[in-house]
Amino acid sequence: MIPLSITLRQALERLVLPILIVAALGIILLGQADRSLTERVRMGLADILAPAYGLVVWPQEQARDLLGRMRDMGRIEIENQRLRAENANLRHWYDVAAALADENAALKANLHWMPDPSPSFVTGRVVRDTSGLYARSVLVAANVDAGIHKDEIVLDGSGLVGRVTEIGSRSVRVLLLTDASSRIPVRLEVSHGAAIMAGDNSGTPRLIYYSQDNPPVEGERVVTNGEIDTMPAGLPVGQIHYVRPGQPVVIPFASLGHLDIVRVFDYGRSAVVPPDAPGRIPVRRPADSFSLPFSSPLGHG
Amino acid sequence: MTPDQAPEFQPGIQPRPSLWRRLDMLSRRGLPAALTGMAVLLLSAPFGLPGQAELLPGILLSSVFFWSVFRPASMSSPIVFLLGMLVDLLGFGPPGVMLLVVLLVHGVALSGRYGFSRAHILVLWLVFDGVSLAATALQWGLISALSLHLVPMIAFAFQWVLGVGVFPLLCVVFSTLGRSIANPDRA
Repeated sequence: MIPLSITLRQALERLVLPILIVAALGIILLGQADRSLTERVRMGLADILAPAYGLVVWPQEQARDLLGRMRDMGRIEIENQRLRAENANLRHWYDVAAALADENAALKANLHWMPDPSPSFVTGRVVRDTSGLYARSVLVAANVDAGIHKDEIVLDGSGLVGRVTEIGSRSVRVLLLTDASSRIPVRLEVSHGAAIMAGDNSGTPRLIYYSQDNPPVEGERVVTNGEIDTMPAGLPVGQIHYVRPGQPVVIPFASLGHLDIVRVFDYGRSAVVPPDAPGRIPVRRPADSFSLPFSSPLGHG
Repeated sequence: MTPDQAPEFQPGIQPRPSLWRRLDMLSRRGLPAALTGMAVLLLSAPFGLPGQAELLPGILLSSVFFWSVFRPASMSSPIVFLLGMLVDLLGFGPPGVMLLVVLLVHGVALSGRYGFSRAHILVLWLVFDGVSLAATALQWGLISALSLHLVPMIAFAFQWVLGVGVFPLLCVVFSTLGRSIANPDRA
């Protein structure tokens, strides 16, 4: 240690605190001038302390886990009783469903019901969302040779997705039902009304041309109504929701925002043509009736 | 007469202490600062206790004030500086604010220590209340000025109240420590 006189040492000791206070002021200014330096030093210290804090956190997590498990064990009795009651309830509904299925089969047999042809389908993965600002469509990679045709129906696990519009060699383009050019005839399940579901590039297609004295009911299911070829009746589409009074929209069941695997169905309905009814008089088109008055005077004259 | 023959008449001259004794004295002298540093580290750890962040300044100011009054050798200015730096680095406020506040409290305690150390504990508590109120107000003002908007005062009031509440308890603990394991004379 450097030998110093006692008075000098006392003076130095008295100077330490003011110097440190000035240093603190300097640190405040430095922290304001160079914020990244503060961040770096703090992160360095936090990195050093992180393992120690990990040691602190670990027993807390274990204790919390243990407490939660003990609480669960205390609730097992109640949970068991609830599950037993629910199971009895479900067994009752199972019996009801089985009885109804039997009755349905018997009634269909009595009515000589012609079952719908079971459709064939091709499964593919949605590989690209080709939606732009003005269109809503996706590209599905599927084996086109397995028999995918234009206008076939695409469904995902929960509902209608759209229709096939273009066919490539290994992929098909599917126009989503939210696209502005998509018009799909639908039936409303509760009010039994018919309407057209018109896409408008938003996530919820509008409902147009519904009967004004039988308006759609909030929350009712919307299914296809089978009025066009290639689309059978009863495919689930979505649910009615009123954005504001007098403006019903359809919330699609299919998760159109993130499609993953879809199925392309071939219902083969284009082959079904209406039979000719004997004695049916074809309605004359207006063009025919207009041509007659002009042609006959000319022919006679 | 040489000092070796009659050491009892010259109490300023003692045999040079052994290494272990010096280490013992050093650890006893450094115990208050070490305990305060430990408290700062523990209160910054993620325990998730309510009021943990507000308790830290109270404990720091109480400890610095108490030891600066009763044993400045254990709470010297450089040690206070290091403790303030530690708190500022572990916190997220503007750097240097707590450092400045704690140095000023240390300075006040040092300058008044001859009066404070003879005062009754209740008087000392009142003095600490005033000092920590001024310190908290300074901290609030500095943080508000440095972040260019008025920080809500309620958190600082809570912090001051916690500090006031914890000071008597810490006084009891510290004076017990100061008589036993933190006493360098007992080495």
